[in-house]
Amino acid sequence: MTRLLEARGLTKLFPGTKALDGVDFDLDRGEVHALLGENGAGKSTLIKCLTGAYRRDGGTVTLDGAQIDPRTTADAQRLGIGTVYQEVNLLPNLTVAENLLIGRQPVRGGMLGRGMFGGGMIRGGAQARAAADLLAGYGLAIDVTKPLAAYSVAVQQIVAIARAVALSGKVLILDEPTASLDAREVEGLFRTIRDLRGRGLAVVFISHFLDQVYAIADRVTVLRNGRNAGSARAADLDRLSLVRMMLGHDLHAVDGARARPVPADAPVAAAFEGFGRRGAVAPFSLAVRRGEAVGLAGLLGSGRTETAETIFGITPHDSGTARAAGRPAALRNPREAIRAGFGFCPEDRKTDGIVGELTVRENILLALQARRGWSRPVPRAEQGRIAADYIRRLDIRTPSAEKPVGQLSGGNQQKVILARWLLMNPDFLILDEPTRGIDVGAHAEIIRVIEELCARGMSLLVISSELEELSGYAHRVLVLRDRAQVAELVGEDVAADRIVQAIAATPAQVGGAA
Amino acid sequence: MSARFLPLLATCAIFVAAYALAWMQYPNILSTRVMGNLLTDNAYLGIAAVGMTIVILSGGIDLSIGSVIAFSGVFIAVMLRDTGLHPLAVFALLLALTTAFGLCMGALIHALEMPAFIVTLAGMFMARGLAYVLSIDSVPIDDPFFDALSSSYYLLPGKGRFTLIAGIMLLVVLAGSLLIHRTPFGTRVLAIGGDARTAGLLGVPVARTIVAVYGISGFCAGLAGIVFAIYTSAGYSLATVGTELDAIAAVVIGGTLLTGGSGTVPGTLVGVLIMGLIQTYIVFDGTLSSWWTRIVIGALLFVFIVLQKGLLRIAAGTARG
Repeated sequence: MTRLLEARGLTKLFPGTKALDGVDFDLDRGEVHALLGENGAGKSTLIKCLTGAYRRDGGTVTLDGAQIDPRTTADAQRLGIGTVYQEVNLLPNLTVAENLLIGRQPVRGGMLGRGMFGGGMIRGGAQARAAADLLAGYGLAIDVTKPLAAYSVAVQQIVAIARAVALSGKVLILDEPTASLDAREVEGLFRTIRDLRGRGLAVVFISHFLDQVYAIADRVTVLRNGRNAGSARAADLDRLSLVRMMLGHDLHAVDGARARPVPADAPVAAAFEGFGRRGAVAPFSLAVRRGEAVGLAGLLGSGRTETAETIFGITPHDSGTARAAGRPAALRNPREAIRAGFGFCPEDRKTDGIVGELTVRENILLALQARRGWSRPVPRAEQGRIAADYIRRLDIRTPSAEKPVGQLSGGNQQKVILARWLLMNPDFLILDEPTRGIDVGAHAEIIRVIEELCARGMSLLVISSELEELSGYAHRVLVLRDRAQVAELVGEDVAADRIVQAIAATPAQVGGAA
Repeated sequence: MSARFLPLLATCAIFVAAYALAWMQYPNILSTRVMGNLLTDNAYLGIAAVGMTIVILSGGIDLSIGSVIAFSGVFIAVMLRDTGLHPLAVFALLLALTTAFGLCMGALIHALEMPAFIVTLAGMFMARGLAYVLSIDSVPIDDPFFDALSSSYYLLPGKGRFTLIAGIMLLVVLAGSLLIHRTPFGTRVLAIGGDARTAGLLGVPVARTIVAVYGISGFCAGLAGIVFAIYTSAGYSLATVGTELDAIAAVVIGGTLLTGGSGTVPGTLVGVLIMGLIQTYIVFDGTLSSWWTRIVIGALLFVFIVLQKGLLRIAAGTARG
């Protein structure tokens, strides 16, 4: 096999974070190379640097031995790198043929300016024939003069692949291509991918379905926190090692401090019985005691966030019952969850949590004010006192309570959201990836806050991919896989290594796209 | 026939049905004289609406065209009155001006990432203001060449007149149809109207195309202004207020999706003719207030919006099936 693409020391900076930090990645001709990693690991940033959607801040990329620096996706296409995204990036309002050939439609004559109007009249017949020929190579015989919207996602995906390969022909990047396909369609897609591999293309396959990765990939590269976590031939890499790579647990790391056990007679703060939602979370049962921190672990797509959103009523449950502090709780929407004494800090604080233009004070008071209703505003002096109090207690680094939250660092934004919920004094607080996307130094501070909250008797459900940290403060860890709870680890078993084993154990059936 | 032309068929069916209804009541309506007048009276609107169709297909809107038409009329009248320029030279100058005006708006819309609505609203005020600056009063056009233009027509059998300006309008519709439905440029416009970001990812030159689209609309508005000046033999800064809204109505009745990406140029011509037909019917009736035109057009717009929603549902349904 020969080397086709080589990326060395790729670096990409975003305000406040290093999305890529010296990442190496290479591709051989005729291979399917899986790119794996959790959310925020840098997969999509790496792809965007290769396809010209982002410009890299450092490092080199060589294709066929020549340095490249694509500025736009069109640039990358011309160089030979084509991409197909999960949400098919074609135009449903155009015909299949137009989608395939836009940018190089066959024309006759040249009465209009070449650059501006495209050089003349489209030869409709030739366009349809060219499109049909192209699709015939993929065993697809459809009416190419119909709008793309008339066909299923699986067909649209093949059209997108056909377009990308026809235009680029060297590297094909497939970003989560199987996410919306059923098992039979996945098999069809895999046949196409194998066929392309046979033609000498290098295919980058991004997916969080490990079974599919093992079914199709020749090599695997794993990213974590914007760095290379490892790279190996798929055949030489067992599942356990792969999961370990993704979650970044080093075997030699000794497990440090443990959370002090919660007294067995502590009252139950929140209890769930057969609680679930079809298609999102399989029914589970869980009782969280006062002062207990329960960890929720699993890979991306295992149903962790879905569990949190079902509990909090964002996507309401359709089976089971819940009790809060011993009383039945409805939990049909977030308002009812808040009334039951629940709180939720979502994973993506940029879109779901903070309001960047509002000040620290306003963000902290948002939920409290919402509960009081707009007819009873919190007095301004009181607001200032509350904000100052929480800025001190959580050590929020801001020059003043009147600074827009958007200008603070990620860790401090996270603390502002925490403050918002603490102010509500919830009995049961859900934290979804509380330490994601904030710098390493701030991790320890968030963990300190979590431990303090437990000590004061609050119950927590913490979703985290940082297994080392999680096993440090969690009293119990539930492990999810394929949207169902598969293990509960208590006592001595609350250790990063045991969690990884639980995640990797007993592979689900092959091709499991569902 | 692909689903793309379904709304066009619906528009044509409505036009034919409406014409048949009117004909049953007033047999005279089916004559070359009425048809010729229908084309002549709506020539300026038809030309402006072709530009509007292209803008709307690209996902934008151009609110400036009514003002640009008025400005054009005043500009032509004042230039012919105060300078010795030949009308053709004045036309060329005007078209260059309005095209540049459109190009500037397109460049602003693209460069500042501003909504087309607000940029062209500013353009609407500016063009109207410029017309006032040139002259507040109606300026009559008195030029032999101009008179020749306004009185040149082809006599149809049945004493109908197929005028020069009606011919210009049909030529513009033809050119617009070919441009949108038969050139790569047209595919780009539809692509951008479908989803500008995706179009960019597919390698469509979005900036260039958007700027060109507004340039074309400016050109069409200028040409509509010339035709309107020929039609009225005067330039008046208060003329054609709200013509942009008539044009938008004609485009939507013609089956073009207001959100862009789907529609046809010939449909817009039929949309213009439907609006003209309603007007003609009211003239024939003689007892109805002319405001009934507005009411019927309003009702028709609602029907078309519902029809478009329905078609979108059907399209989405087949995609799932």
